[in-house]
Amino acid sequence: MYNSQKKNLQTLKHLFLKELTLELRRKSVISGLLLYLFSTAFICYLTFSLRQNQITPLVWSALFWITILFTTINTIAKSFIGEKKGRDIYYFSIASPEAIIISKIIYNFLLTVILSFTGFLLFALLLKNPIADLGLFCLIITLASMGFAASLTLLSGIASKASNSHILMTVLSFPIVISVLLITVKVTKNCIDGLDRSVSTNDIITLLAINCAVTAASYLLFPYIWRS
Amino acid sequence: MNKYKLEWWKILTIVLLYYSVIGGFLIPVPRLHILNESIRMNYFHVPMWFTMMALFTYSLYSSIQYLRTQDISFDDKAAVALKVAFFFGGLGLVTGMLWGNATWGTFWTSDPKLNNTAIGLLIYSAYFVLRGYLEDETQRGRLSAVYNIFSYLVFIPLIYVLPRLTDSLHPGSGDNPTFRLFDTAHNMKLVVYTAISSFILLGFWFFTLLLRLRSLKKIHDEAV
Repeated sequence: MYNSQKKNLQTLKHLFLKELTLELRRKSVISGLLLYLFSTAFICYLTFSLRQNQITPLVWSALFWITILFTTINTIAKSFIGEKKGRDIYYFSIASPEAIIISKIIYNFLLTVILSFTGFLLFALLLKNPIADLGLFCLIITLASMGFAASLTLLSGIASKASNSHILMTVLSFPIVISVLLITVKVTKNCIDGLDRSVSTNDIITLLAINCAVTAASYLLFPYIWRS
Repeated sequence: MNKYKLEWWKILTIVLLYYSVIGGFLIPVPRLHILNESIRMNYFHVPMWFTMMALFTYSLYSSIQYLRTQDISFDDKAAVALKVAFFFGGLGLVTGMLWGNATWGTFWTSDPKLNNTAIGLLIYSAYFVLRGYLEDETQRGRLSAVYNIFSYLVFIPLIYVLPRLTDSLHPGSGDNPTFRLFDTAHNMKLVVYTAISSFILLGFWFFTLLLRLRSLKKIHDEAV
């Protein structure tokens, strides 16, 4: 029992490291995503530089989360859609599907967090930074990334099986991530207003619960997608 | 030609539906300020959501069964149940909008309960898009079952948890967290319970009809 658990953890670690090495080896993907993020932020900056005072905190929050949402969907979509055809058979022969999905979720979580914080930095530099409660905002970015990674990784697996997978990915993912987004937008507003943290506690616990439920569902359901 | 005999539960459905429609319009209701006669919408609006949830849950059960047994008939059941549930969800929205227009003065407000329900139905409409994209039958069954289970999981917090965390105009959300069926007047209870059970039966009836139509179509396609 103990041995098998240890072995699983080791496979997990290997798979995770594999994703990381692959990413670092062909830097085109990650630099493409960063460029995507940068150009979106820059367009916002250029548009609003015409009339600086019009970017109210709520507009800022809307622009920020839209940018993050699109970047995240693009990032996570590639986790299964970008895979070469024969490669998944190889993975199947060396690892359990549970290890694969968990390693992908952890890896996507890491990538999304990095991209989100880069996005936040860009937005704070180019537009202004209306966030009063920085600590809470960082927490909410991390939790939102976790939710995105957990739900979108499974959907990427589903979409990769169909033809026209990129359109399908967008169609499937938007409604699903909205429940996460609704909470984050609400808490972002609390952060902007600098409200007391006790106001947001309930929302954060709910977000955490949704994250756990979605991760558990991905873990349970992924073996069935994998089989085809 | 053999004579078609109506099954007992279908007769029961008809009787109960008659009772809830006639009783819904004629049995006296409490006089409440602003609500007035629009309170009768309760008899038709609430059962729609109950029916929708019952069918969504049945669809979830069928999807789980499909993943366990790989029996394609479960996939048909899940898809058909979802279709009927979606129809009742649409009716629930329409009746709710009519009621909202009578009491709030607009068909739609930016209320968490309303918006989240619309998003919830959007999640399920993506299910049909997904089915349309997939050609292979077993693959379609498996992937759409996975999506169905997944979306049920997102749907529940979206509709039943999140609106209660914020202020909501909708009865039964926001400040009044419980469903106030037990506080309602005795007359209303009679009709509401009947209406809920009769519409669930009606939904199940629709479901059986559509399921039969689907299997007949399949047989027809195979013959051609």
